[in-house]
Amino acid sequence: MVTTVDQIFVILQHWFVGYLPAILQPFAGVLLNVVAIVVTFPALFAIAVLLERKGLGRMQNRIGPNRVGPYGILQPVADGLKSLTKEDIVPFRADGVVHFMAPVVLVVVVFMGFAVLPMGRNMTLVHMDSALLFYFSMGACTELAIFMAGWASRNKYSLLGAMRAVAQMISYEVPLLMSSVAVVMITGSLSLDKIVEAQNHYTWGLPHWYIFTPWGLLGFLMFAVAATAETNRSPFDLPEGESELVAGYFTEYSGFKFAEFFLGEYVGMLSISGLGATLFLGGWSAPLEILGFMPSWFWFFAKIMLSICVFIWLRGTLPRLRQDQLMNFAWKFVLPMTLLNLFVAGLWRFLGDGWVRWVVCSAILVLAYVFVGRAEMHRKHYGPRSYRYAE
Amino acid sequence: MTIVFWVLAVTTISGGLAAVLLKNTVHCALAVTGAFAGLALLFLQLDAQFAGFAQILVYIGAVAILVVFAILLTRGSETPESGVFSRTWFAGLCIAAGVFAVMAWAILNSVSALPHETVAPDVSVLQIGNALMGRYVLPLEIVALLLTAAMIGAVIVAMHEKGDVK
Repeated sequence: MVTTVDQIFVILQHWFVGYLPAILQPFAGVLLNVVAIVVTFPALFAIAVLLERKGLGRMQNRIGPNRVGPYGILQPVADGLKSLTKEDIVPFRADGVVHFMAPVVLVVVVFMGFAVLPMGRNMTLVHMDSALLFYFSMGACTELAIFMAGWASRNKYSLLGAMRAVAQMISYEVPLLMSSVAVVMITGSLSLDKIVEAQNHYTWGLPHWYIFTPWGLLGFLMFAVAATAETNRSPFDLPEGESELVAGYFTEYSGFKFAEFFLGEYVGMLSISGLGATLFLGGWSAPLEILGFMPSWFWFFAKIMLSICVFIWLRGTLPRLRQDQLMNFAWKFVLPMTLLNLFVAGLWRFLGDGWVRWVVCSAILVLAYVFVGRAEMHRKHYGPRSYRYAE
Repeated sequence: MTIVFWVLAVTTISGGLAAVLLKNTVHCALAVTGAFAGLALLFLQLDAQFAGFAQILVYIGAVAILVVFAILLTRGSETPESGVFSRTWFAGLCIAAGVFAVMAWAILNSVSALPHETVAPDVSVLQIGNALMGRYVLPLEIVALLLTAAMIGAVIVAMHEKGDVK
């Protein structure tokens, strides 16, 4: 029974494909998987948008959407219909072909990343030897789509937003890769299936996730920072800073093309959360051994939605960074820490089992963090803050 | 020589041609990106996963963006209606044809020089990693040193000198 629920989607797929002639079966199986991905993630996107609007509303002391359906839960449907029926306005001076291509390229590339994510036991679309490399190469293509959007609009705000976005994404892509390399070093494989398998063990009922090691914890934190910046989310949302740039690179997009950018941003968030969960949080494995009876896909999607909630929480809490702060943070703090983390991961690998490696690795990382943090704080002359509230 | 190969070949070559013939410089950069993508897919078609994805990651993710940045930071983005064609296009064409001829000759000769493999070798990323860290570690380090030197050199060239008015 437990296995049936766990493998329900695999069984359903085999059952459905079994009705087709043998020559069509491999093709139909892949097609079915692709359709499942393309249907599931936009549905999660709708839920994420609703969560975000409701959650942000609560954090900002307002109610949020509450008109469409009970408690406003049908708001995403109304949003979708609205963007489908709106007029598609293309600026007169815009570069027609590139302006049209940009959102299409973005959405296609963002969806490609899901091809290698293991969403449950036996639920990976493509079993690839170099899956992580595939994921990052697809992620690198989104920058080009954003540049195309900003440049083709022939609008100062769009171009500025695109340049900011590209500069930011390039800067944070390096720490994103570097923090993942530590995981690859320990696992000894670029295959995401193997990375999940390596974490899917339990000692005293507790999981062997990489986040529960010194290098894994630091790697995860740096990964989370870099992932937030990669998806252009607050506090790294300078490319679309509405107080300065209207809407950044998609200022000149309307109707369904705007919706495509919106979809691309949120699906990108879901996808990078999935990657983070796979690399550091054990992918589809259960957080406790006794919870192993729950289906594996449930844990994967639960981890994704949990990190979406963290994204929303961050957006509701933190103010936007300035451009120079953003770059300084990336190159002077995040990147050195991830490089040190690579060294520590190597130490962890060769110190062998036992408590020595825990002490040594933790000590190196904590000392580095304290000293780098202290040095930066000292140079910037930050003192204790005094707050003045409006009476 | 399958259909896939021909589709990819046509995509790559037309991307390369468009990069040379289009008038707008940014369009040229985007066309060359298309050619890069075609090349990456050709690598993938040959089962060279690592090379293919590295091609996408480095060329589309970094080189294309660098090209585009260079175009926008210089005054090249607003090109004249007639387009920009070098006056020495004939010499350029000769050099390109010469390089192509040498490489084609080398590749055609290699067919008889190398042992003919009947089964496609299955090279995993693990083997490439072991080779890079073992047998080829010295060339790798030399390339790394060279790139670092080039980067420092670029920074020094771009740096304002002392007393230089901005």
